[in-house]
Amino acid sequence: MAGLVLTRPIPLLILQSFLLAVAFGSNEVEEEFSEALLLKPLPDRKVLAHFHFENRAPPSNSHGRHHHLFPKAISQLVQKFRVKEMELSFTQGRWNHEHWGGSDPLSSMNAKPVGVELWAVFDVPHSQVDASWKNLTHALSGLFCASINYLESSASYAAPTWGFGRNSDKLRYGSLPREAVCTENLTPWLKLLPCRDKDGISALMNRPSVYRGFYHSQRLYLSMVDSGEEGVGSGMLLEQTLTVVLQPDDVSVEKHLQPSWSLSSLFGRNVVGKCVLAKSSNVYLQMEGLAHPEAHTLWKNAEFELSIKPDRTLRESSSVLFIYSIDKSSDSEPFDLGLTWKLPSKWSCQQAPLHASRFLMGSGNERGAIAILLKATESQDKLSGRDLTNGRCTIKANIFQIFPWYVKVYYHTLQIFVDQQQNTSSEVLKKINVSPSTDKMSSGMMEMMLELPCEVKSAAISIEYDKGFLHIDEYPPDANQGFDIPSALISFPDHHASLDFKEELSTLPLLSKFKDKSLVRSYTEVLLVPLTTPDFSMPYNVITITCTVFALYFGSLLNALRRRIGEEERFLKSKGKKTGGLKQLLSRFTAKIRGRPVESPSSDSPATRSSILSTKLLFKIILVAVAAAAWQFFSTDM
Amino acid sequence: MSTEHREKEEEEVKTDGGSPKIKPRPIVQLGIFLISHSPVFSVVFSAAGVMALLLLPLLAKNTYISENALMPGSARSMLSHRDVSDGSKLVNDIQNFRLNHEGQGVEVQRLIGKYMSEMGAEVYYQKFQPDGNHFHPLHFFSGPASYTDLGNVSCASYGVNVAGIIRAPRGDGKESIVLVTPYDFINGGDYEALSFGIASSLFSLLARVTWLSKDIIWLVADSRYGDYRPVSAWLSEYHTPSFEVSDLSKCDDELNISDSFRRAGTVAAALVVKVDGRSERFEDTLSIYAEASNGQMPNLDLINVVNYLAVHRQGFYVKVEKVVSLLSSSWLKTVGEILEAVGKVARTLNPDWKFGIPAADYLEGSATLASSLYSQALGIPTGPHGAFRDYQVDAITLKVSPRFPPGNKGRQHEFFLRGAQLLEGTIRSVNNLLEKFHQSFFLYLLTSPGKFISVGVYMIAFALLVAPLPMVAASLYIDGCNTLTNATDNSAENLKSWKWLRAAKQVFALHLLGFIVTLLPYFISQLPGEQSPTNRSIVWATTSSSLLLVTFVTIPGCSPFSSRPHGANWTVLKSVTISAAFIGLCLMSIINFATAEIGALLLVPMCLMVRPIKPDLRSGRVKSLLCALCSMVLVTIGFPVMFFAISKGLLGEGLVGLSLGGEFWTWLESLWAWKSATYLYIGMVHLPCWLLCLCILFHPS
Repeated sequence: MAGLVLTRPIPLLILQSFLLAVAFGSNEVEEEFSEALLLKPLPDRKVLAHFHFENRAPPSNSHGRHHHLFPKAISQLVQKFRVKEMELSFTQGRWNHEHWGGSDPLSSMNAKPVGVELWAVFDVPHSQVDASWKNLTHALSGLFCASINYLESSASYAAPTWGFGRNSDKLRYGSLPREAVCTENLTPWLKLLPCRDKDGISALMNRPSVYRGFYHSQRLYLSMVDSGEEGVGSGMLLEQTLTVVLQPDDVSVEKHLQPSWSLSSLFGRNVVGKCVLAKSSNVYLQMEGLAHPEAHTLWKNAEFELSIKPDRTLRESSSVLFIYSIDKSSDSEPFDLGLTWKLPSKWSCQQAPLHASRFLMGSGNERGAIAILLKATESQDKLSGRDLTNGRCTIKANIFQIFPWYVKVYYHTLQIFVDQQQNTSSEVLKKINVSPSTDKMSSGMMEMMLELPCEVKSAAISIEYDKGFLHIDEYPPDANQGFDIPSALISFPDHHASLDFKEELSTLPLLSKFKDKSLVRSYTEVLLVPLTTPDFSMPYNVITITCTVFALYFGSLLNALRRRIGEEERFLKSKGKKTGGLKQLLSRFTAKIRGRPVESPSSDSPATRSSILSTKLLFKIILVAVAAAAWQFFSTDM
Repeated sequence: MSTEHREKEEEEVKTDGGSPKIKPRPIVQLGIFLISHSPVFSVVFSAAGVMALLLLPLLAKNTYISENALMPGSARSMLSHRDVSDGSKLVNDIQNFRLNHEGQGVEVQRLIGKYMSEMGAEVYYQKFQPDGNHFHPLHFFSGPASYTDLGNVSCASYGVNVAGIIRAPRGDGKESIVLVTPYDFINGGDYEALSFGIASSLFSLLARVTWLSKDIIWLVADSRYGDYRPVSAWLSEYHTPSFEVSDLSKCDDELNISDSFRRAGTVAAALVVKVDGRSERFEDTLSIYAEASNGQMPNLDLINVVNYLAVHRQGFYVKVEKVVSLLSSSWLKTVGEILEAVGKVARTLNPDWKFGIPAADYLEGSATLASSLYSQALGIPTGPHGAFRDYQVDAITLKVSPRFPPGNKGRQHEFFLRGAQLLEGTIRSVNNLLEKFHQSFFLYLLTSPGKFISVGVYMIAFALLVAPLPMVAASLYIDGCNTLTNATDNSAENLKSWKWLRAAKQVFALHLLGFIVTLLPYFISQLPGEQSPTNRSIVWATTSSSLLLVTFVTIPGCSPFSSRPHGANWTVLKSVTISAAFIGLCLMSIINFATAEIGALLLVPMCLMVRPIKPDLRSGRVKSLLCALCSMVLVTIGFPVMFFAISKGLLGEGLVGLSLGGEFWTWLESLWAWKSATYLYIGMVHLPCWLLCLCILFHPS
């Protein structure tokens, strides 16, 4: 498409831009860009920084393919592949559900599995969904310098029906747990922003400090906004977020005090002004679990002190939000928000109703089992999601899991234990959807809905599997490390994460997003399955042994086919009787000189001998050819 | 050109067409040659086999780090004195605590757990039961079973492990490295507590480093019921947990630990650290133990890394276990001196031939080799690391002996620093490893911490030892057939190929007997009441011998004492016996090479030498008498109990009579408790072959 644009004649371009200007003037809804940064001290002496950039293109067909702020690469993607909704995330490190929270909107939206995760909903007929997905993976792969194109193969993605939390049959989901995330993925992501990282909040993204963090997740969410009007195309919403968890440099000697920090100490940079193209540009500081009642209103209190007076303070049920606008900051007066703790403070984050962990069971290269353990957390918030239908209080949990084909899962071995007692009836398991894997063709998928009693302490799900064998060229590099099973997704359909603000917040996109109800979900660990791996480091041995076997086999086979023992004996006897040594020598000698077989009427032996000689030669040639072919075969295989 | 042709033709004709007689193929010719001269060859091969075994210390190669990713010692140690003083503080606290408090609470575990969580680790406690010896004959070779069927659980006796996990800050949590410090919380001495100093210093460092890519688990194993059991209990909970209600969790006590077990991905490697006694040398000593069950070894690279760091970075004196009594043996010294002299002579001939080593080195090497061979053959792990091997995890035990008395605080700090730096280096190397250990050797014998013999070399000795067996079997079979055809008339001609059948029946019967005798201890151990090992061994011996008598009575031809020569010709019997021994040894060499090697040293001479003593005694010639004496001595030594007594005697423990039986029973019990294949070998290969040799010895021919 880029080529298409480039080859377009220039006069046409000018004309188009003129037309665009005309259309732009007449339209009252403009493209909007807003940037925000949310900072949040975490209970385990770390600080979470969440960058949020939102780019809206209004529903209109008058713009054609041209945009003022909205990145062209993305809009082309949308038009070409008819993407309705899409989310792409690059993550390094693990989200600590216990300390960093599990049921607030921030964690349920930004706690992503390790590596790359991509899902997309398409607006095409069913038959074209797979093709669109494949093209999309390639396009994204080029756009973000990542190996997303590996999701193209049908064995690496799945089509969840309801377990993913989005009921669409045009949804495709895939993840690459082994993808390493680095600056080369961040740079193209920043290119989509109007100010890149040159100005505004994104200028804080100093690469060494961003990648030094304990958790790093870069996310891109795209969705189409239907205008509802006939004839007008749908608008686009692009949300780009970067979530990092940083450890502030602890200079204080006091061990129990939370570390104090400022933006410049966290990132090594300051904000020196907003991105001029942004409609709103805010910094938020979220404080949770404050002990002192006065802390809920004052930015300078006995517990902590902020370096800048907030523009606005918002209160939520369990936290306080300080809002800053960075409009006023400039080169001479940079915005450097700092937090200084004065009293030791301890609090805990809101947790998901159940904490999920997944692990492998068994040992050896033959079989094993996958277990998912759900443990009740000490969350007071459990009440909110209780479903009191039928007079019973229950927690619903959806589990969505993809199994690669080389992990051959026996679905009949599914066992569910609730509070350490095996649960055979379908009392707990409400719904299950299984699509078995096909060898080398498609991956298996399991979606299940559990309905656990509220007073449950722990629940365990185990399922057995056999380890498959891969063809020699299917092994990835570093195959001896093992193979990954992508994270399972546990979501709680009855639990919704939202921040409960009283105020109207439509002007603050990040907060209005948090105010919306979102599904509480958590990803489990990635698992590493050791499979039988051939010894790749010794192809020489393989070649040697194969050649020996070939030689032995063909040698004995040819011998058995060619030699006729009885005939030879008869021949030797007759020769002993009839021909003397000298005579035979003479006849053969003359034959050699003449260059043609001996025509001796007395015995047919020389003829057979010569024919044997020629067949011997022939067989030798064949043998060499076979050996060469074998060599070729194995050397290409290696 | 033409003259050359002529010459060639002449040669060809002379060989090919000159004689009308058909020559057999060369390979057949060679076989016939070997079989017809089998006595000479068997002596030559067996001697060469023993010789090759003695030469092994000479053929040992220097170890090298095969996997490049390990890069041991390439990073500067980040361990600070603050970390070490944390460790020292923990040790002090534990020692003070144990001085002031008596009894067996879990307070020490709590103390350690507190330290761990202060460092930023996730801490949990695990209760486990001491495991009895549950011998089940069918559980050999089966995987590590979960211990759910323990029957009655007593809440009074259980151990409590403490484990702490440090999550790698930027890691993906797929892999982990385990560090184990076993400690007896009731009777643990001051030296043992020092291992906490090392581990805790290291842990405090690892909690703040950023280079970790694998999670680190520190397991403090409660070794009041032995070193192995707590580790295996923890591993079995880690890998094969039972989701059902465990009986232990019903015991209510001060420690509420239900459901708190945490995991951290696939275990990549494990290190067991123990501090043990005072070093006899001037330096601190580090002993490496690597043998796991059934002669399995960890990857050589793991030992290499530890050895490299300990020698070249931390200046430890590294050793592996050796048979001390061999160091003073004069004959081995003589062999060493001879080899040294040969090496010197060879070097004068050609300076490039460098195979001679000093006699002292040879002595050390062979003592270590003997210990390595013995530990592998026994099939019993030499430390808690053995539990990891059951889950295909490479693990070794490091036993550190400081050179100072336990009270010396000044030296202690430096000792912790060096110990923790060694572990830090090792963990950093393993952490660098992207793939699991696969690059280096798994089958090897150690002759010193820095020298090894790979499988390709040490199997030569075994191959030479067992090579005469098929030859002798074939030659004996041919002999036996000839005598049989001569004795009977031509009517037996058509049955020529079935002559071995009767002998085979006898061999099979005795092997079956061996199998039953192997299973008997299971039933004996089920006997009610508390039986002493001596009583049990007596029961076993009586049942076995009565079974043997029953076999002799019921199966014709089995008895060596029957008056008429009803049974098969002894040569055919011996031939089949030897074939069975050959097959048994070859199978065993696949399962546990060291067992097969030692077994071959005993079985091969016995099987080759044994012959009926009656004719020899009757003939009265010196040579025959010597032969008879030889075979009798060999058969006596070949009896497993006898060999056990002799080896005990060599180690300086005199055992006679019933106590021997008791000891033997205990020994066997330990073998089956560890699922050692050596037990199966003794019962199903060695014992039947020995019985058959006995039959041949007393054959009425």
